[in-house]
Amino acid sequence: MHKIHLLALVGFTIYGISSSARAAGLSESIAVIRAIGPEGKGNAEATAAWKNLSAAPVKELPTLLGAMDGANELALNWLRSAVDTVVARAAAKKEALPVAALEKFLGDQGHHPRARRFAYELIASTDTKAAERLMAGMLGDSSPELRREAVQRLITEADTLHKASKTNDAITKYQAALKPAREADQVDAIAQVLGKLGAPVDFQKTFGWVNKWQVIGPFDNTGGAGFERAFPPEAAVDLKAEYDGKTGKVRWQEVSSTNDYGAVDFNKPIGELKGVTGYAWTELDSDKSRPVELRMACDNGWKVWLNGKLLFGRDEYHYGTEIDQYRMPAELKAGKNTILVKLCQNEMVADWTKTWEFQLRITDAIGTPIILAGK
Amino acid sequence: MKFISITLASLGLFTATAADWTQFRGPHGNGVSDEIGVAVKLDQSNVAWKSALPGRGLSSPLIIGDRVFVTCSSGAKQDRLHVICYSAKDGAKLWERQFWATGRTLVHEKISVAAPTPASDGRRIYAVFSSNDLVCLDLEGNLIWLRGLTRDYPRSSNSLGLSSSLLVVDDVVVAMSENEGDSFTAGLDAATGVNRWKINRPKEANWTSPIVIPGASGRRMVAIQSGKGLTAIDPATGKIVWANTNSAATIPSSALLNSMLYVPGGGITAWKLDAANPPTQLWKAAQLMASTASPVALGERLFTVNNAAVLTCADVVDGKRLWQLRLQGPFSATPVAAGNTLYCVSEKGVLQTVDTTKPEGEIVSTLDLKETILATPSIANGAFYLRSDATLWKLKGT
Repeated sequence: MHKIHLLALVGFTIYGISSSARAAGLSESIAVIRAIGPEGKGNAEATAAWKNLSAAPVKELPTLLGAMDGANELALNWLRSAVDTVVARAAAKKEALPVAALEKFLGDQGHHPRARRFAYELIASTDTKAAERLMAGMLGDSSPELRREAVQRLITEADTLHKASKTNDAITKYQAALKPAREADQVDAIAQVLGKLGAPVDFQKTFGWVNKWQVIGPFDNTGGAGFERAFPPEAAVDLKAEYDGKTGKVRWQEVSSTNDYGAVDFNKPIGELKGVTGYAWTELDSDKSRPVELRMACDNGWKVWLNGKLLFGRDEYHYGTEIDQYRMPAELKAGKNTILVKLCQNEMVADWTKTWEFQLRITDAIGTPIILAGK
Repeated sequence: MKFISITLASLGLFTATAADWTQFRGPHGNGVSDEIGVAVKLDQSNVAWKSALPGRGLSSPLIIGDRVFVTCSSGAKQDRLHVICYSAKDGAKLWERQFWATGRTLVHEKISVAAPTPASDGRRIYAVFSSNDLVCLDLEGNLIWLRGLTRDYPRSSNSLGLSSSLLVVDDVVVAMSENEGDSFTAGLDAATGVNRWKINRPKEANWTSPIVIPGASGRRMVAIQSGKGLTAIDPATGKIVWANTNSAATIPSSALLNSMLYVPGGGITAWKLDAANPPTQLWKAAQLMASTASPVALGERLFTVNNAAVLTCADVVDGKRLWQLRLQGPFSATPVAAGNTLYCVSEKGVLQTVDTTKPEGEIVSTLDLKETILATPSIANGAFYLRSDATLWKLKGT
């Protein structure tokens, strides 16, 4: 355990630690918190470290927020609740928050997006005018939550213009909101209203769906066993090959989705079947290697491979879906990249269980679509 | 009015004081309060206070001493998780802790991420959310530990939402994450949150909650139901003590009364519990249909509320229907009981009290709280606590 703490301490030093933190004796406690691992690993040690952090003076808030840089999600929550405690104690003592220092922290987009949003909320809790001023500059922010609020303000302004029948002004305002919008529900809401106002939006481009695929199936998924069974496309993709499927010989066929929401519907090329499995494959060119997210939405059992590496999958059927339901961090390589999707359909017979489709897009970490040329 | 608590602590069934409401459906996990003298009729004059909540939720409030604990979720994606402590005296907020969800937050639009009810051993609050995030705080809001179960087991989630409430028994927190992906129930060390045990469970969605049942030599067991049957687990080890394959419901939970367990699923099945052996079925009543609300076993009577908001009263001895009463529904919240009165709050926020001693049952008061309420009420120290997506109420019970 001692070794773990030491490593965490070294890790934190890489991200930088203020002299005030050292002076306050917080650095070791921060290191303990940042060493929190899976399955409760480090919890026992973190309890005491948290007490030390939560007793920090209010001037150390930027230190505690800064400790979130590069921290895992569990450590973020430990740190967040320590900040909550420090702030509550300051409020009880009528101590002022260090607004100037928090504003400086907020202005540094190198800090963790959640920490910056938290800093903004602390500022807003004590200085609404400052919050208004700061939010005005958040439309292009790297924090999804900050950007979302800034976009929402534009949407609200556009709604007001719309209600006042100032259609052209409303369109301009909605378009201004759409450009920085990254969260799917906001993008969708803006695009829909623009369509109604006579300024239609290209949904496919706006969301950046991967819409050209080669599809093959059906293979067997009786009893749900097909989810774990590796059919030939999982070993290698040969677009000219022919395989024994569930109902006869199966071959790859080209499918292009024209659906606004990028749905790749297997019922059309393969048929409305139950207890079956199919695959979709595509090849995309990237001009450089880069970190991305593959964002999947699916109401069926599914798996996704990028360049032959399994990213994730779930065998849950017909429980609900939404755009960007599953976000899978990945790394594109320069040149050709392949994506293989396995899509399993169960054997329920109700009408609402016919859905056999997925949506997939590639984005950066905040949801900016990355549209790559396909084969 | 001095409240009398018929304490079951002497039977070893819980450790907090009897007047506290420590988990989903109260200290005995069956919706029944031990308090005597609680008001039968409730109207607007009973509203002691109401406080605004910072987010949505259908978890029940916990009451420990003079404090009320509530969980909420907020934000566009409901990914802000709140644990809040209020003063039972005046509704003042004493502290609030927020956390970011580490698991998926997609849920059915009707419910919210703060669906499961927390549990307490009287010293700490153990809160859980549909995102599979667990948080342990002491009563002062000091963080003791936290877990992200979907972070640990990434295929474990439910796109309609997880709602199984926590149970804390013998210093083990029992957490159910039963779904079509990685389906399990785990026993976490109450002091540190680390796994004491984790067992695989049927790969199917399960929104029910575990319940404490008596075990051998005065020890306690935990009963878990699913579509595949009923299972009794040793909370210390996770070892299955007995199991049967009688399919049980996956939404309403079972009700315990002494050594009888009333299990919903195709009606209600009455099981006579045995400490070390599988239980014996005494009867099954197909006409006793529990829908979302769980059954309530009160004295010699068993109550269910069906999809049509019909309250059915049956004899616990043989399951025979005694009377039916149509309420103003629909219902998601499970009724709670004190004395001979049932307190039933509809989704439309209409709290109806039912005198169960009348030959056909009788609605004796109706209080319209005018907000959507899906959460099961709580009863403690002579008061009722209800919550909506926006409001926490205390109703004086005297």
